[in-house]
Amino acid sequence: MQTKRTIFSNKRLPYLLLAPQLVITLVFFIWPALQAVKSSFEREDPFGFKTTFIWFENYTRILQDAAYLNSLGNTAVFAVSVTVLSMGLSLLLAVCVNRVMRPGRIYTTLLVWPYAVAPVVVGILWWFMFNPSIGFIPYILRGFGISWNHRIDGNQAMLLIILAASWKQISYNFLFFLAGLQSVPNSLTEAAAIDGAGPFKRFWTIVFPLLSPTTFFLLIININYAMFDTFGIIDATTSGGPAQATNTLVYKVYADGFVGLNLGSSSAQSVILMLIVIVLTVVQFRYVERRVQY
Amino acid sequence: MVENRPLLDFLTHLVLITGVAIVAFPVYVAFIASTHGTGAFVSGVMPLLPGTHMVENYSMMWNEGLTSAGAPPLWVMMFNSLWMALIIAVGKIAISITSAYAIVYFRFPFRVLAFWMIFITLMLPVEVRILPTFKVVADLGMLNSYAGLTLPLIASATATFLFRQFFLTVPEEIMEAARVDGAGPLKFFRDILLPLSRTNIAALFVILFIYGWVQYLWPLLITTDSNFYTIVMGIKRLAASADAEPLWHYAMAAVMMAMLPPVLVVIFMQRLFVKGLVETEK
Repeated sequence: MQTKRTIFSNKRLPYLLLAPQLVITLVFFIWPALQAVKSSFEREDPFGFKTTFIWFENYTRILQDAAYLNSLGNTAVFAVSVTVLSMGLSLLLAVCVNRVMRPGRIYTTLLVWPYAVAPVVVGILWWFMFNPSIGFIPYILRGFGISWNHRIDGNQAMLLIILAASWKQISYNFLFFLAGLQSVPNSLTEAAAIDGAGPFKRFWTIVFPLLSPTTFFLLIININYAMFDTFGIIDATTSGGPAQATNTLVYKVYADGFVGLNLGSSSAQSVILMLIVIVLTVVQFRYVERRVQY
Repeated sequence: MVENRPLLDFLTHLVLITGVAIVAFPVYVAFIASTHGTGAFVSGVMPLLPGTHMVENYSMMWNEGLTSAGAPPLWVMMFNSLWMALIIAVGKIAISITSAYAIVYFRFPFRVLAFWMIFITLMLPVEVRILPTFKVVADLGMLNSYAGLTLPLIASATATFLFRQFFLTVPEEIMEAARVDGAGPLKFFRDILLPLSRTNIAALFVILFIYGWVQYLWPLLITTDSNFYTIVMGIKRLAASADAEPLWHYAMAAVMMAMLPPVLVVIFMQRLFVKGLVETEK
């Protein structure tokens, strides 16, 4: 691994410099992670007196559990919908801002601030707008003969968390798409225009293929976001309900561990989540090594 | 612009204005709600035009809070949030910049191992190790304390990578010149490397401040004493009780206050914010 050509020769100083970070990493990251792996192979009796080693029983049990498979399905639907909806809207907005030149900066400011809104606050904002008794949107929908009640209807609850989570992520995707668009050389689009290609044809045949590294990167980031950073949104809007319709993997770890106090099952779920994060991180880093030229 | 197409220009602006409106609407509705009195939410649809109770709602929430919902005054929760966000941002930057310095400017046994240990933290977001981390914090007696709120979130692989990346681009000659002039490692770090990293530190600070401010799950688990509630987690209680009885005006006043500081940071430090966002993800 790279260092400087000339280095300092102190023997103890580098350890001192690293110590705070490593101590925190060991105590609050690696140790708890190992504990999770350990207790995922154990069963604790109801009073916490005795733990027995049971190999993969926790895993086989959750993988056969209908509630777990249901939350796996929910997570997939949720992650794919949020990614597609949010990236689609952001790309449209970024293309527009890239087109308008000067006023683009004002539009950018007006579009990026939701990045700073906490997920749980996002959840409350959307929950308020869609509140079945006084909400503005249910009121409008009633005019069209649709009755909205996400407390009863699982599909509507899922739609609500998808909308809220996508809304928050627009700002992030927008910034990266805009940066990607701005790095497409003008000479290419100009040459295509001289050859008679209209704006839409230019976008799909030249700009969009050149954006593919950004698109791929955002794909991974968005899946990661939808899986792990949306706890607050779900907790504030639906709390996993109605009837588990919006229970995602991360929410279930919390619900089973803290509310249900099922240590072994919750740990096994944590370990599965860690494996998912590891896969996502590896994909992201292998790809990033190619994108960024060091 | 490549060619002049007035119709397309018009459409572009139409799309953008619609986009801005969609982004702003949920917050507009919340703001309007925070300016009304109790009567506005009893029946029918929520109001869409400002009311006249703005000052009293905000001052009531700021000074007294909502005891019926178990929520302390907003100023207490805002102070806790600010404190937590600052400790996390400063702490992450401090431990990351020294780690990166050690990894780039020294050669010592276990250097690569240390690097990989830091890298692993990327793969362990707090959401996947909730229960065991909670147990560690409880065993250390750090429930209901600022240490418990911040320490488990403070290790940062991304910040360490960012500084490492930046240090590698600092010209070798600077270090050689400093050595010739007799500067030791600490003097070189303080007088040369830190000033050079100023923009990077500022950009990272903006991102990490927001990261710290919006934390929800962790404070929810760690704090049972209302003196340590952060505003982002306190809001959940307010909203839950607002749904039971029509207290939306109070809950939404708290929502507005919870959004204000980080949103202002993004708007007024947009250049640093964008730089921080793009660089930490590399």
